[in-house]
Amino acid sequence: MEHRGLGWPRLPRLLELLAALAVQAVRASAVAAASPDLSLWPMPLSVQTTPRVLHLSPDNFFFGHSSTSKAGPSCSLLQEAFRRYYDYIFGFYKRHHGSADLRVGVELQQLQVSVVLDPECDAFPKISSDESYTLLVKGPVASLTANRVWGVLRGLETFSQLIYQDFYGTFTVNESNIVDSPRFPHRGILIDTSRHFLSIKSIFKTLDAMAFNKFNVLHWHIVDDPSFPYQSITFPGLSQKGSYSSSHVYTPNDVRMAIEYARLRGIRILPEFDSPGHTQSWGEGQKDLLTPCYNGKDPSGAFGPINPIWNTTYSFLSKFFKEISTVFPDEFIHLGGDEVDFDCWASNPEIQDFMRDKGFGRNFKKLESFYMQAVLDMISAINKSSIVWQEVFDDASKLTPGTVIQVWKVEDYTQEQSKVTEAGFPVILSAPWYLDWISYGQDWKKYYAVDPLSFEGSQEQKKLVIGGEACLWGEYVDATNLTPRLWPRASAVGERLWSHKDVRGLEDAYRRLIVHRCRMLRRGIAAEPVFTGYCDEDRM
Amino acid sequence: MAGSALWFSLLLAAAFAGRATALWPWPQYIQTSEQSYTIFPHTFQFQYHVSSAAQVGCSVLDEAFQRYRDLLFGSVSFHFPQPMGKWHMSEKNSLVILVVTPGCDQFPSLESVENYTLTINDEQCFLLSETVWGALRGLETFSQLIWRSPEGTFYINKTEIEDFPRFPHRGLLLDTSRHYLPLASILDTLDVMAYNKFNVFHWHLVDDPSFPYESFTFPNLTKKGSYNPATHIYTAQDVKEVIEYARLRGIRVLAEFDTPGHTLSWGPGVPGLLTPCYSGSHPSGTFGPVNPALNNTYEFMSAFFLEISSVFPDFYLHLGGDEVDFTCWKSNPDIQAFMKKKGFGDDFKKLESFYIQTLLDIVSAYGKGYVVWQEVFDNKVKVQPDTVIQVWREKMPVRYTKEMELVTSAGFRALLSAPWYLNHITYGPDWKNIYMVEPLAFEGSPEQKALVIGGEACMWGEYVDSTNLVPRLWPRAGAVAERLWSNKMLTNLDFAYKRLAHFRCELLSLQIPANTRPHPKQESLEVSPPPRNFGV
Repeated sequence: MEHRGLGWPRLPRLLELLAALAVQAVRASAVAAASPDLSLWPMPLSVQTTPRVLHLSPDNFFFGHSSTSKAGPSCSLLQEAFRRYYDYIFGFYKRHHGSADLRVGVELQQLQVSVVLDPECDAFPKISSDESYTLLVKGPVASLTANRVWGVLRGLETFSQLIYQDFYGTFTVNESNIVDSPRFPHRGILIDTSRHFLSIKSIFKTLDAMAFNKFNVLHWHIVDDPSFPYQSITFPGLSQKGSYSSSHVYTPNDVRMAIEYARLRGIRILPEFDSPGHTQSWGEGQKDLLTPCYNGKDPSGAFGPINPIWNTTYSFLSKFFKEISTVFPDEFIHLGGDEVDFDCWASNPEIQDFMRDKGFGRNFKKLESFYMQAVLDMISAINKSSIVWQEVFDDASKLTPGTVIQVWKVEDYTQEQSKVTEAGFPVILSAPWYLDWISYGQDWKKYYAVDPLSFEGSQEQKKLVIGGEACLWGEYVDATNLTPRLWPRASAVGERLWSHKDVRGLEDAYRRLIVHRCRMLRRGIAAEPVFTGYCDEDRM
Repeated sequence: MAGSALWFSLLLAAAFAGRATALWPWPQYIQTSEQSYTIFPHTFQFQYHVSSAAQVGCSVLDEAFQRYRDLLFGSVSFHFPQPMGKWHMSEKNSLVILVVTPGCDQFPSLESVENYTLTINDEQCFLLSETVWGALRGLETFSQLIWRSPEGTFYINKTEIEDFPRFPHRGLLLDTSRHYLPLASILDTLDVMAYNKFNVFHWHLVDDPSFPYESFTFPNLTKKGSYNPATHIYTAQDVKEVIEYARLRGIRVLAEFDTPGHTLSWGPGVPGLLTPCYSGSHPSGTFGPVNPALNNTYEFMSAFFLEISSVFPDFYLHLGGDEVDFTCWKSNPDIQAFMKKKGFGDDFKKLESFYIQTLLDIVSAYGKGYVVWQEVFDNKVKVQPDTVIQVWREKMPVRYTKEMELVTSAGFRALLSAPWYLNHITYGPDWKNIYMVEPLAFEGSPEQKALVIGGEACMWGEYVDSTNLVPRLWPRAGAVAERLWSNKMLTNLDFAYKRLAHFRCELLSLQIPANTRPHPKQESLEVSPPPRNFGV
């Protein structure tokens, strides 16, 4: 305290301080070396990092195409991704730091991207899309190599997660070598826009966050009992009368925008039009589609599932699904088929007659199968593949081979997986991942601990599990709470579906997840806290 | 405070009177009719009655008029055409406010009278209240009565309301230690509290994880105890802003500085304050609760609470006193020696009592009253008879209704929180359970019941920060608000559901930035079956 001025006695102190800082810096890099994965989420297949650090300056770094790449600046999917990831990496720090601060060591000036095969720049991602990539981070030029643009997108996400700001605020990355590919090809999030409408903006945000977690399927449960927000070109009455209001609809343009927004992030949009149950809202705009329920001899005025006995039903559905197959480019359409209530069918005299004529007796599962098989045939005829909820498999005597079965009932779900795969059908697992079921505390651990292949079955059976989906049903969810309820809880599912099955350590996952949630927050996703603590960005 | 059968029947009658169903919380007495009056935004004014004790220049009401004008008519008001023709009987162009007792620059207190009457009929559009605080509650009700036709015209129905709160302490607890909440989150919460007629913001400022309150006497507390001393702190200016923002909405700020447990974040900034825990005969390097055996501790507390007493104007301070872990105290030889000297034997509750008693004496000397968590009562700390005990434990050591009985039979005033821990979430419409709690449903005499001054909804911060605070809090906390304000006969869930669903949409529309927002009273902004949450 005696030495207040800038006189000589201060100098030795300053040197002391600098020496101490230098020691700290060395320690910091030692720590980085000790945990080479930093805070990657989901964890890549193979990560090698060294203590050697490279520095990046926002003014002297760019993403470029390698001269041998099959993709170039005309690949707008990549150009858009370059801009996006530049912002994620340097973000709002840009103005505060600039390039003045590069001190020692090597500078990283470029990430050179190389696509080996036909890049598929203008294609839509598919279940079979190759998402693998290798990332070699060294100065002054790092390289990202992938067979297709889809792998480049995943690699860019990983690259952006490798970069951190050191003690002085300088953008820093450790020399690293990463080889990565997903464990499962179908990694989905289900959103429900019928119970509550979600604005296109909310859907875009969700797609952003999905890309940060390497999810690749948005399962869009677009309509259900409460409302029909999908604006059909062929049957405009459906949303006119079945939506909550004229502003609670998705126009064809909205849908196109969502599909393109998703495509640019390597995400498929899987539309679900659930029938024959869960269709109350269809009835408003499409007369004589639903089954009139009877109270004794007279119609009660209430309606049940889609009426499976009239030809008009099938000619409507055929036109409707023809439209769906052109609007949604994905190879798959989700046909629902869950929770069909037989009471209304059973009450209806015409249906009773039909059952007798067909020889179904009192077995309404046969009627359900009759209906589902007709719809499945329709979908095959327009060259699409079908995904259905597990009841369609449970209740069917026979089922078109190749139909994908989504397992959602939490009771004995591993047994269900065994049964479905034993019968040779591909499986998507959702049962343990109903994120709308909230509880107090860190339930992400429960989601994380699930292994999708923990059921009894042969190697061939296991291969039939194509992935899983985290489902956020909409009874209690709308745009007000969608994001914090979904993230980072869904991130646990994201890693389980992407990373190697041996990546299971809860402590390490916790450490990475809290960093990852702060990273999402920094990128504008209001992901909720994992537990007590803070993010630098809390005040934003 | 008790309801009568007459009120109840009127209440049900009113339930079917159309537009009044938008009210939340439901008033004590209301009569409405289908007859409605037009309101033209560009001519409508809030006016002081000539004989009102509050007049232009009364900060609380002047600002409230501005606020409610914006809430009601927003920026759209000036695009409306001038009304054609002359003035009609069926038009209301002002709400006249008469406040009986002067006092615009004070702070609300536990004793503040919040009663008001609101009369809208052919002759009058009139708000009468004892105090400015009552006027604020009446203005909120008035704003909820105004509705808008599909063509965009504003209306208010002929209505007569006589209203007052059932309990004087209607609080909401936020925890800014486990997660830091930006100032904007706190201010936004105060706004929504006012819409729900909450009147106490219980600010659990500091706890084990972080110490964001910037003390001018002991700046090291935040420098060393906050998550980030540059960003994750509340400066003196921030605190002032919160207090004034709350005051203007008739909300008290009840500051909590919890000791002797829950104080790990205090340690780095005040060496020697916490008890060093021992492992055998050596300090283990960890620390326990505040060290009650040292004089320094009390000197520090004296100086610290002198500051707190002047910074926070409310008569009450919350001194915490919950969940004191005795294991560290037990391990420490100095504490053991102190126990012996004091003749406490092995009873660490006596040590806890000793600490708390000394602290309460310090705080009393500053002319403050205090609220403490129930353990202070459970552990038989001798406290002054005017101490308020906050009941928070649902089942242990006894069920909370039993605890209410015990606390009040000992003659202490009680605050209920146990069934209202909103941080505990479950699937489904849990607001119903929250709503159906009856704070006076315990065994006890009318005198005992009269000692229940109210309750608090608590939002602890382990899993809550600004990303999820709002949808986790609202409208669930609204259920607590109505329980604490309205008549106890009001227990019809269908009636509550309809109004709560409507109220949620109103809240939602208020959250949209002013320049793009549709009118607050516009209906079906969101057509949503089960309401639960609003606004991130």
